[in-house]
Formats: sequence, structure tokens, C-alpha cells
Amino acid sequence: MKMKYLVASVALLAGMSTAAHAASTLESVKAAGKVKCGVNTGLTGFAAPNDQGVWSGLDVDLCKAVAAAIFGNADAVEYKPLNAEQRFTALQSGEVDLLSRNTTWTLSRDSQLGLDFRAINYYDGQGFMVRKDLGVSSATELKGATVCVQEGTTTEKNLGDFDKQYGLGTQPVKFKESDQARAAYDEGRCDAYTTDASGLAAERTGLKAPADQIILPEIISKEPLGPVVRHGDSQWADIVRWAHFVMLIGEEKGITSANVDDVKAKNANGVEGADAEIQRMLGIVDGKMGEGLGLSGDWAYNILKQVGNYGEVFERNVGKGSKLGLERGLNALWTQGGLQYAPPAR
Amino acid sequence: MAEISAGPSGHGASVVWWRDERKRALLWQILVVAAIAAALWFIASNTIENLRTLGVPLGLDFLEFPAGFAISFSLIPTDLESSIGRLILAGILNTLLATAICIVLSTILGFLIGVLRLSHNYLVSRLATAYVEAIRNVPLLVQLLFWYVAIVKLFPNVRQSINLGDVVFLSNRGIYAPRPVPQDDFSMVLVAVAAGIAIALGVRYWAKRRQEATGKQFPIGVAAVCAILLFPGLVSFILGNPVEWELPALKGFNFQGGIVLQPELATLIIGLSIYTAAFIAEIVRGGILAISHGQTEAAYALGLRPSRTLRLVVVPQSLRIIVPPLTSQYLNIAKNTTLAGAIAYPDIFSIIGTSLNQTGRAVENIAIMMGFFLLVSLVISWFMNWYNRRIALVER
Repeated sequence: MKMKYLVASVALLAGMSTAAHAASTLESVKAAGKVKCGVNTGLTGFAAPNDQGVWSGLDVDLCKAVAAAIFGNADAVEYKPLNAEQRFTALQSGEVDLLSRNTTWTLSRDSQLGLDFRAINYYDGQGFMVRKDLGVSSATELKGATVCVQEGTTTEKNLGDFDKQYGLGTQPVKFKESDQARAAYDEGRCDAYTTDASGLAAERTGLKAPADQIILPEIISKEPLGPVVRHGDSQWADIVRWAHFVMLIGEEKGITSANVDDVKAKNANGVEGADAEIQRMLGIVDGKMGEGLGLSGDWAYNILKQVGNYGEVFERNVGKGSKLGLERGLNALWTQGGLQYAPPAR
Repeated sequence: MAEISAGPSGHGASVVWWRDERKRALLWQILVVAAIAAALWFIASNTIENLRTLGVPLGLDFLEFPAGFAISFSLIPTDLESSIGRLILAGILNTLLATAICIVLSTILGFLIGVLRLSHNYLVSRLATAYVEAIRNVPLLVQLLFWYVAIVKLFPNVRQSINLGDVVFLSNRGIYAPRPVPQDDFSMVLVAVAAGIAIALGVRYWAKRRQEATGKQFPIGVAAVCAILLFPGLVSFILGNPVEWELPALKGFNFQGGIVLQPELATLIIGLSIYTAAFIAEIVRGGILAISHGQTEAAYALGLRPSRTLRLVVVPQSLRIIVPPLTSQYLNIAKNTTLAGAIAYPDIFSIIGTSLNQTGRAVENIAIMMGFFLLVSLVISWFMNWYNRRIALVER
């Protein structure tokens, strides 16, 4: 008797759930009260937890910026560490709302995965690291060398393309996790280690003798790294993209998390010499900037106050103020000869 | 005369169909099967619908795309132009190779340790116990990483590799040995090997028949060695040794030429065999202990030495008990090879992971891998069940 009712009720529930609610991502994020952000399991400078379990990094700061824009609280984020195989499936299935995991924007990923890339928060390229005593000064000299890679990423494919182009015949040794690849390189199992140049700098800090390593000059691929969202929700994609752009505009205008209140005061309505763009962006003049995005008027102010501008984010995570010590290079603002350029906020 | 009623399912009793127990049971079964089928159909159609909404293609066409990446070890020739399907096939062969070698080694080692644990020698039995307890209780991944680090640390750098007569080189990139390149007449040697095996089997059959009839024993082992090794060796010598040896030579960064046993494969074989042998040892010990001691005593009374007793009386009977759990351990070996990604051995899990990442087709890739493991497991268990039936003692 009970079996019949059980079967009937299960069928009914199944029927109800097929009528799936097409709630937008912003609505479901607001309902959850936090942004579910997919990040790297542990890559120094981009997304890594410290020994208290607090996440920090360039990608983490982008998640914080999105959370600050929506909730006014940069800590309203749930970080989900994802490895290279899980990351796209996790985003496609809705397990995370935003994938901020140093993911390269490629044609196949943009078109075949049902995902969208909307901003590039780090322009990178793939390079090689070898030991100084190998006597190699260029990547084209690595004929027949053994190379440690982490499997499953664009790194493998780029190595294959580079190999084919120069006829190197390199032998790849592929590990599932990047720390195992680094450990094997450290033990001498491989001659070279290859990954994105920022990753090389990060991994070098973990080696036994970082001073004995050199990073070869060749950058063999373009690796534009940025956040990824699902197809079909343009408003959410716009929010993510403009969270990044606000940080760029902030740096352009010289607004930091320390002086944003001063800047707001200096550009208050009616003050002489007020910058109209700053007024619109910081919500001093209600230019309805947040409306189209579904956000409150002080969304940009919250981002700059709680996370900072792009320059601050860069310096404290991967720049001179961090263990990696990378130059701005391609990631400088367009006014300084780099590639970071934001459309105007108007 | 009192008639015993046959009950509702009896012949001739006309009863409403929903009171008929057999028909009711049948109805429940049909409903449950329909519910399961409906659930599966719902899952499948929901997945396809969601993927279509996202714009993700579904299909196996990605197997023909060029992979564009190389793998470090493969039994079939692959290069940068190979398709993804070919690399997946290479991964399948790598997994099967590791599984086969580990099954053989772990069985031998497991039987040995299991028997040693029952030894009357205090030191030997305690050492075997320590081995079993230590190995069983440490996770396999930890053991694999330990062996990998041990092997890579133990052997010297490839430029300072240990040189054995300029022919074999030991380094932390692998053990390099000369590769035999068969020349034209080598097929005759292969024919001689096949003939030798046939002769050895024939001699064994004849010798067993003779022993049953007359009791006279024949040195089968020696005869087999002569037939399988010496006879083809003689043929090869007559033909002038039709084999060229390709020696490994250090050129640039690595050795070129020769065959190589890479530390990845060696680690997987050593680590997985040692781990599974600990479990097999316990199964074997349990099987042997299950045979009544009377068998052993009777064999001793007949004058059989302990080793002969074990080999001829106890173990054949205990195989009935040993083989079913042994099947489980073999299936575990097949599945545990998926940990090989941690030590850079390109097994199917590792290659599917890369393919998944590059093509984005999660559903198809995982389905391929699940299908492969299901097939392997079914074949192993089918074979072991056949073997189990074959060695079952027929009771009167």
C-alpha cells in the first residue's frame, strides 16, 4: 500500500522539478546571500588559503569585488576550490556562479562549453623554467628535453604546438597536481618545468633553491586569464565585467581604498573641479549606473573601498609587494603602455 | 470428505486478480521497473536539455580531433598529430598493462607472504605480519607517492647515471636497456618458441599420464626450460642471431634509443603490487587456515614433507575459498591504477582528464571511462568465476 504512494509522490515531485524556474543568476545569488566563486585549489598570488583558511589572491579579489558590488560586503563569498578537470563542469552545472580560476580565454572554450569570458584580469603567457647549470638560454635549445607539466590545462597543448613548430621532440611528464609536478622537477626528474609565467614565478618560491633557477625568455603562447560565467545571463556577465572595469577606472583616476572617501568628498555635488565620471561612478550624482546591472547606487564605491583599485590588487598579490615580485608588464594601464583598458563609466 | 482448500492461488479457485499473490507480485515488479526506467529517462532527457540550453554539443565526434599533446609512455606509436581517440586507446592499453603486471606480481607476492605468515619460524611469521599490517593500513596514494619519491631520489641524475657495461643505464629518468630490433629471420625464432611451448605442454601431459599409470616421475621443469629457451636459442644460433641491438646513448638532455622502464610505470607496479599483496596474503592465509588440520596430519602421516603437503593437499582445496575474494582484489587493482595520475603515469583516467579539459565534453568522456572500467571488471570477474567453477571440488 505504502509503496504505491511512494512511487506516485516521487513521480509527482519529478514532474514538478522539470518545470524549472528560470531565475537569473543575480536573483539566486541575492537569495543565497553570497557569491559562490570557483577558485584554484592553491596557486600563490591568484588564489590560495593561508594557514587560517583565509583566501587571498588576484582571482579571489575579483570575487570579493563582485560580492562588494552586490552585497556591499566583500566577504560574502563562498570559495570552492576546483581542479582543472572540475572547473568547467562546476560552472556549467550551476555549482558555482563565477569561475575565477586563472582560466585562459580560448576560442574552443568560448564557443563549445556554453561559457562566456567577459574580462581579462591578467595577461599572461606560457614560459619555461630550467636550472641555471643546464646551460640553456633559450627554449628552442630544449631538444629532447624532459618537461614536467600539469595535465589537463592549455599548457599541454601549447607545449605540443611549440614542440611541433621547432621540432624539439620534448618528452612531457604529466602530473595531476601542480605541486607534484614542481616536486618532480625539483628532484631532477625533468629538465624543465612549464606553465604560465605567473605560475612559474609562484612555483619558484616553493623550490629548494629558487636562486638556481632561471625563467627562459621565450613566452610561447598568449594566456589571457579572466573570470568565466555561463551563457545566457548577460546581466550577471555585465556585473562581473564591470566589477573588473571599475577597479581599472579607479586606478586611472587615482582612487585607492584609502582615499576613496576623500575623493568622494572632493567631488561632491557642486564642488569646483569635480570630475563628472567619478561623480557618476561613486554614486555622488545619481546617474543610474547601477540600475541596469540590478545593483544599488554605491556598488562601485563599495568595490573601491573594500577591495581597492586594480593597481593595489596587483601589487599586493603578484606585484612588488608580494612573494612573486612580477612587473606590471602587459598588465599596466593603457596609459602606461599596458593592455588594461576600461570603457568609460557613463 | 474434507477438502483442503488450495488457497487463493490454487487451481480452479476463481479469485479477483488483485487478490492473487503471484499476479500482485508481478504487478509490483512491473511498476518498480517502470519507475526506475522513468527516473533514468528523466535524468537523461534533463541532462540533454540543459546541455542544449547552454549550447554545449553532445556527441563522440571529438574523438577524431587532433589532440595536440604528447604522452610520456605508450605501447602504440603516438605523436603530436594523433587524434584524441588514439590517445585514449593508448591510455586504455597503459591501464591494461599496469593492471596485468600488478595482478601477476601481487598474486605471487601475496601467496608468498600469506604462507610465510603461517610459518613456524617466529621471525619469519612476525615479519610477514608486520608487512601485512603496515601496508594494509596506509593509504595507497601515500604509498605511491612514497615509492615515487624514493625511486626518483635513489637513482642519480641522468647525466651521472649508473653505467652497467655501457649497455644498461640506471638513472632517475628510468632504466635504459638495449632494444632488440628483429631482423628478417626472426620469425623462425618465434616459430621455434611456439613449437617449444607446444612441446613442453605435450611433455607435461605425457609425464602426468605416465605418473598416474606407473608412479615414475619425470623432470617436467627441466624439459620445459629446454624446450622453451634452449631450442629457440639453438635455432637462433644456427640462423646467426638475427637480432640487432639498439643501444641507448646519452644525447643532449636524455638517452635516445633503447627501451626504457620509466620510474612512473615502475612506481605504479611496485607500489600497487606491494599494497594489494598485503590483502591477498590475508585472503590466502584465511583460505589455508580454513582447511581442517586433519588433512595436514593425514598428509604428514603418509610421509609428505610440509612443502609438498601445502602444495599438493592444502592449497588446491583452499583455492575454493581463496578465489572469490581474490576476484575482488583483482578488480581493486584495475580501479586503483587510476591513482597513476599522481605519479605522472599516463593511464586512461589521466588522459580522459586532459581530453575533458580540452574539449569540454564532460558527459561523453566520463561515459567512455566508466564504460571501459565496467568492461574490464566484468571480464575479470567472468574469467575468475569460470576458474572458480573449474576448480570447485565436486562433492558426492
